[in-house]
Amino acid sequence: MALLEIKNVGKLFQVDGQDMEALQDINLSIRDHEFVCFIGPSGCGKTTLLRIIAGLDDPSSGSVYLDGDLIMGPGPERGMVFQEYSLFPWRTVIDNIAFGLELKGVNKKERLERSKQYLKMVGLERFSDRYPHELSGGMKQRVAIARALVNDPKALLMDEPFGALDAQTRNIMQSELLRIWEEERSTVVFVTHSVDEAIYLADRIVIMSARPGRIKDVISIDIPRPRVRTSTEVNGIRDRILADLKSEIVTS
Amino acid sequence: MVSLLGLIVVWQLAAMVIDDTLLLPSFVQVLAALSNTWQEILTEDLPISLLHFGLGVGIGLLVALPIGMSMGWFRTADRLLDPIVEVVRPIPPLAWIPFAIVWFGLTNEAAGFIVFMGAVFPILINTYIGFRSLPRVYVESAKVLGATKDVDLIRYIAFPYALPSIAGGIRIAMGIAWMCLVAAEMFGVSTSGLGYKIWSYYYLHKMDYVLLYMIVLGVLGLLLDRSFRYVVEERMLRWRAGLMQ
Repeated sequence: MALLEIKNVGKLFQVDGQDMEALQDINLSIRDHEFVCFIGPSGCGKTTLLRIIAGLDDPSSGSVYLDGDLIMGPGPERGMVFQEYSLFPWRTVIDNIAFGLELKGVNKKERLERSKQYLKMVGLERFSDRYPHELSGGMKQRVAIARALVNDPKALLMDEPFGALDAQTRNIMQSELLRIWEEERSTVVFVTHSVDEAIYLADRIVIMSARPGRIKDVISIDIPRPRVRTSTEVNGIRDRILADLKSEIVTS
Repeated sequence: MVSLLGLIVVWQLAAMVIDDTLLLPSFVQVLAALSNTWQEILTEDLPISLLHFGLGVGIGLLVALPIGMSMGWFRTADRLLDPIVEVVRPIPPLAWIPFAIVWFGLTNEAAGFIVFMGAVFPILINTYIGFRSLPRVYVESAKVLGATKDVDLIRYIAFPYALPSIAGGIRIAMGIAWMCLVAAEMFGVSTSGLGYKIWSYYYLHKMDYVLLYMIVLGVLGLLLDRSFRYVVEERMLRWRAGLMQ
């Protein structure tokens, strides 16, 4: 059985009194421990779909199931990392990570122990007692990943998490994310507009079309990791996706 | 420090030239007044005035925080209470003095009520603004981390986020409360206190004492403000240190 089951999901928005169809008839199954990337032109509804999986938005039609249970609202079993920096500025790094455990009522000692373990996983042990404004963009997103993972989520939802980072940091973060994913073995649903990022990371890439947002194509990538960003196989897939997306941008 | 010493020297010289205690008592005369009354100030006037101040600001906090928080968080509370706040807020606190006397008599409660009317709205408005400016991403982050109940979101997210704004409101409220305190005591809502003494010494034309009490009020107001800033901004809001520059 699939871990995430997206069934006939559609989403309508009201814009100036008129219905705007953001998503139409989305069907997709995501396996346990799969790394799936959504890619598409802006306005294709990829972020909306991710927010529906997170439970932050409701679908207008259809439904999403996690492990067979209908998703009704947000919850810690689906961790999310946002594009914008979302660390709580009034909490130190370690207290940001411990937030989910605090809500669950885990005692302070265990909370700190488990949070430290995840802080170490993202390589920031030395920054435990700093405040978010003292961290660089890449460090902030590392903490955000640790903060989601400490809840031991079944799925990690990521909405262009490295979009605001410079190219060099972005590459480092991608390799780090793969390392963490292999360690944690949780399912990752990752939204991006970077073709290179998607090919470097994903088991499957879901290409979406715009207005209304629909699944246009699903490409499985079997190239073993770590992938070489400039290899001929990667180049081949990149050409195919870019051609797909180009026709989208022309028609939209 | 130098400029303060300079002011004192100029003041003393000017008082000697004018040579009229009614128009301008000298620094030395004020010092003499202090040495005569410091015990009275410390044991009678100060405790009474701080009681008025504490009553007004304390109850102001107790009223303003829950109302400001619920108006900032719940749409219905905002719609329901906003018209009331907007109508009552522009009434100058001192305009309540007659009712304060009718309702409470010449008691500490009456003076506390005037101070309360001065303190409650700045705290309420700043709490409201702090809650309203909360970025959506913090709320959504908290929700996906497991904080789905309003009470958790307010306690863990909205309140700590709004704290700098609330602290700013409290500081403004304390300043206004300090002014209201003096006016309330002067207009006879109370029969003792620092403000009351200014007025009674004025009736006796003892302007050196009037000036002494003025200075005591100024220094105390400064101390209240500084100690609040020290406790709140240096200790509680340390996370803001890098954000404010």
